[in-house]
Amino acid sequence: MSAFATQFLKQARVMAADLRHRRIIRSALGNYEIARDKGNASFQDWQGARQLAAQTKWEAINHLDKYLEQFVAKIEARGTKVHWASTGDRAREIILQIVRDKKAHSIIKSKAMTAEEIHLNDTLEEAGLTVVENDLGEFIVQLRHEAPYHIVFPSMHLTRGEISRLFESELGSAPTNDPEELTMIARRVLREKYLTADIGITGANFAIAETGMVSITENEGNARLTAALPKTMITLMGIEKVLPRLDDLALFLPMLATMGTGQQLTCYNTLYGGPRQPGESDGPEEWHIVLLDNHRTELLADAEQRDALHCIRCGACLNVCPIFRNVGGHTYGTTYSGPIGSVITPHLRGLLDWKHLSNASSLCGACTETCPVKIDLHHHLLQNRRNAAKLKPSFFERLAYKMFGFIVNRPALWIIAKKFGRWGQPLQNLVKGSALDPAKAWTQTRDLPKLAQESFKDWWRNRK
Amino acid sequence: MSEREIILGRIRDALKAQAPLPGSHDRAPVSATTSTPRQWLPKVGESFDEQLALFARNAATLKVDLQMVSSIDQAHMTLAKMADTQKWKSVATHDGMLAGVAANWLSLPTINTTAGFDVNELETCDVGISECDALIAQTGSVMVTNRSAGGRALSVLPPHHVVLARREQLVADLPAAIELVKKKYANNYPSIISFITGPSRTGDIERILVLGAHGPKKLTIFCL
Repeated sequence: MSAFATQFLKQARVMAADLRHRRIIRSALGNYEIARDKGNASFQDWQGARQLAAQTKWEAINHLDKYLEQFVAKIEARGTKVHWASTGDRAREIILQIVRDKKAHSIIKSKAMTAEEIHLNDTLEEAGLTVVENDLGEFIVQLRHEAPYHIVFPSMHLTRGEISRLFESELGSAPTNDPEELTMIARRVLREKYLTADIGITGANFAIAETGMVSITENEGNARLTAALPKTMITLMGIEKVLPRLDDLALFLPMLATMGTGQQLTCYNTLYGGPRQPGESDGPEEWHIVLLDNHRTELLADAEQRDALHCIRCGACLNVCPIFRNVGGHTYGTTYSGPIGSVITPHLRGLLDWKHLSNASSLCGACTETCPVKIDLHHHLLQNRRNAAKLKPSFFERLAYKMFGFIVNRPALWIIAKKFGRWGQPLQNLVKGSALDPAKAWTQTRDLPKLAQESFKDWWRNRK
Repeated sequence: MSEREIILGRIRDALKAQAPLPGSHDRAPVSATTSTPRQWLPKVGESFDEQLALFARNAATLKVDLQMVSSIDQAHMTLAKMADTQKWKSVATHDGMLAGVAANWLSLPTINTTAGFDVNELETCDVGISECDALIAQTGSVMVTNRSAGGRALSVLPPHHVVLARREQLVADLPAAIELVKKKYANNYPSIISFITGPSRTGDIERILVLGAHGPKKLTIFCL
C-alpha cells in the first residue's frame, strides 16, 4: 500500500466518525442542493443541455491542437504573451522569471486550482515574494496555511466562529459572529493589497478559440480587480480549457453557475481579450498566459478516459458524492478531490500511488448523473481499478478469485460451499471483527450480510 | 524542440486513438445532431413586455436596485435624491451620452475615467456611474465592456455601481447578448467584456450570502 493510501485510510477513519464535520458539510450542501435543483429545473431541458455541453467539449478536446493554436494566434495578435509549459516545474520557472523581470514584490492572486496543482504560492514565497489570495475562501485557508477544502468552496469546512478567531489572531480584528462583518474585514485588508500589488495572477474557466479570449467566472469581483489594477497580469490555465466558439459560453456560463453554486449566472463572468489596448483608460500593460500541460496530455492519450478533460471544475460531483461528504476534502490529499479527483489524480500523479481513491467509492453513479458535461466518472473509477490490477496484480486477490472460479464452476463443490457458508456464518459472529475473523477488514465497521437460508435453485425446485 | 512543439506533438500523438462519443454510456443517447444553447436554456417570453418583466423579476432576486424611469428628467431627480439620502461625496464616471450628463446633474466632485485616472482616487469615490452594452432578461445581467463602461475598474472598484441603460438595450437571452457583441465589435473587441449579474457577493462563510465581497455592495440599474 502506498504511503498516500495509508494516510488516506487513517484520515478517512477519523473523518467518517466526526459528527461535527458531517453537520457542517450537510448544512452547507443542503442549501446548495435546493438552489441547484431549482436551477436545473429552470432549463427547458437539462438533459439536452448536458448532451450539447458534452458534445461541445468533445469537439474541443478531440481537436485540441487545432483549437489551442487558433486561441493562441488570436490572443497573441492583441499583444498577449503566451507561454507553453509542459510541466509544473516549467510553469513555475516561467512565472518566477516574469516576476523577476518586473522586479515585483507583492502579488495578488485570484482563485486558480491550476496554481494549487503546481504549488505556485510556495515557489513565489520561497523566492521572497508576498502572495495574497483574494477570493475570500482562499484568503481564509491561506491564513490557516491549509489547502482549499473544495474546488469551489475552499473554506466550506469552517464555521464563522473559527474564521472570527482566525481573523482575530492573524489580522488583529475584533471578534464577531456576523458573516457580513467578517467579509468586510477581509474586504478592507485586501483592498490595500489590490492597490499596491505589482502583479495579478488569475486562473481561467474557459478559453475561446474563435476570438482569442479567456473567460473567468467569479462572484466576488476579486478577479475583475486583479485584472484591472496591477500593471502586469499573469493567467495560468490548463490546456484543456479551450472552447471552439464564443457562442458556446451561452450554455457553459449558466451551466457552471447552476452546478457550481446553484446560481442562474455567477455574479461576474468576464472575457479578457488582451492587455490594455491603445485608447483604453486602464488595465494591465502586460498580460502573460501560461498554458499548462502537466500530464494532461497523458490523460488525453487514454481515449477511454479522455472525457475527464471535459471537466469544467464546477464541483457538482464532489457535492453529491457520499465518500466526499463523509471523509471531507482534505482527506484526499490531492488538489482535486471527490470523484473527478479520484479519476484524474492517478493520471496526474501516478496510478499505483493513487489507485486507492478509485476504490474509495460506492459506485453509486451519482457523480456521473450530476456531471454537466457527462463525464463517465464512475466507469472511470472502475477502469482505474482494472488498470491498477493489470499493472500490479495482487497475489492474494488473484488466488481468491481463482478459487472462487474453481468452486462456482463445479456444482457439487458449490452446494457444499453454500452449506458451509450457512452453517459457518453463525460461528463467524463469535469472532466478528477480531484477528480470527477472515472477513475482518469488512466486519470491523460493518455487519456481514446474512446468507439466504434457501437458495433460489432450492426455492424453485420446492415451489408448489 | 520548443515547449510549444513538445505539447502540440504530445496532443497530436494522443489524439491518434479515437475517443468514444459523448453519451455513449447512456441507455438512450440524445440525438447526435448538434443543437443550439437557446433550445435548452431557461425560457424567455416572446414579447418585449414579458422580457422586461422577467428582467425585473431576476433583478429583484439578485438584490439589484432597479429604477424604471420614464424620462431623463425623472432619472435626474431620482439620482439626485439618491445622492442626497446616501450622502455621496464624490462620484466617478466616463464620457458618454448618459453617464456624462448624469454626473453633471449631481454637482459633486467627479472623476472622469475616460482619459486615465488615479486608482487611489477612484477607490475613494462613493459611486461609479457607467453606461452598458446590454441588459439581459434571461439572467438579469448587465453586459459591459471597458469601452462602453469607462474602463475596467470603474464598475468594480467603488462600493456602489450605477448603470444607466435605455430600454431598447434589453436583449432576450445570453445567445442574443453574444450575438450583439459580435455584431457591435466584429474584429475589434474591447479587451474586457463582463456580464455583471447582481452586486458582488460571496457565500464563503457558512454558505451565507453576503453582498459586497470585493466589488460593489450595491448595484443600481436605471432603465430609461
